[in-house]
Amino acid sequence: MKPADALGLLQPGDWLVLAATAALIAALWGHGSNGDRVVIKQAGRVFLETSPRLDREIQVPGPLGITQVEIRGGRVRIKSDPGLHQICVKQGWLGPGQVAICLPNRVSVERGASVYDSLNY
Amino acid sequence: MTPSIINLEITVEDRRIAGLAAAAVGLTLAEAAIPLPLPGVKPGLANIVTLIVLYQFGWRAAVWVSLLRIVAGALALGTFLTPTFVMSLAGGLASLLVLGLAAHLPRRLFGPVGLSVLAAFTHIGAQLGVVGVWLMPGVNLLPLLSVFLGAAWVSGLINGLVVAGLLKSGVTGAQS
Repeated sequence: MKPADALGLLQPGDWLVLAATAALIAALWGHGSNGDRVVIKQAGRVFLETSPRLDREIQVPGPLGITQVEIRGGRVRIKSDPGLHQICVKQGWLGPGQVAICLPNRVSVERGASVYDSLNY
Repeated sequence: MTPSIINLEITVEDRRIAGLAAAAVGLTLAEAAIPLPLPGVKPGLANIVTLIVLYQFGWRAAVWVSLLRIVAGALALGTFLTPTFVMSLAGGLASLLVLGLAAHLPRRLFGPVGLSVLAAFTHIGAQLGVVGVWLMPGVNLLPLLSVFLGAAWVSGLINGLVVAGLLKSGVTGAQS
């Protein structure tokens, strides 16, 4: 069958369906594999890599004590930290691409900085 | 005591549905032998049979053929009552539902390709729904969604073109 014949098999509504579904895929495409991860590092080493979809609280031990990281409703924040100035706690909820660093306790939380996605397999 | 005799009437329609379901099972088995890049992405060739049945014998026959294909295909592949089977059943039921609704769309505007793409999207959507709610709750499926939907778009388009071509050429036995 020639390509021109194949085009004749499509009706107007079919084009509509094809266009609408292609638009849906295009809209979802950006929500890619490296945009939606939470990486917690302690002293420069990866302590935990997780998804912002899993509500949980994580206790990260550092030289000063425990830093508490909270993941809730797809958002991430540092809930409490033993550091003096509480800079990372005051930063609040992290948007995609943001990083909070609790320097005294050497803990950092990154939103969406994962290089590869282990979920895929 | 007289032994009771159960006489099962086999109608012409029963035979037809059995034959069509057998064709669909054949396609499912053939497809299982093709190596595929990603688990869950497959051409869904059996949906060609479902669509042709829908067009020629109506929605009820399509439901029969599709469900028989899912159960018999799972038995043959050894996946009966496993998560794979549940995903297959969920996808099958959801796309049958959508096909039942889409069959009422004006025939002049919406042909097999539109229905095929809609069914393919519903199929993978329901399967990912099962994965998200039951198999791997909490796992973020969004990054995979576009890949799976893209595959569904391509396979839905190709299957739809095959159905449209077969219906047009009249080799599918339109006399029934």
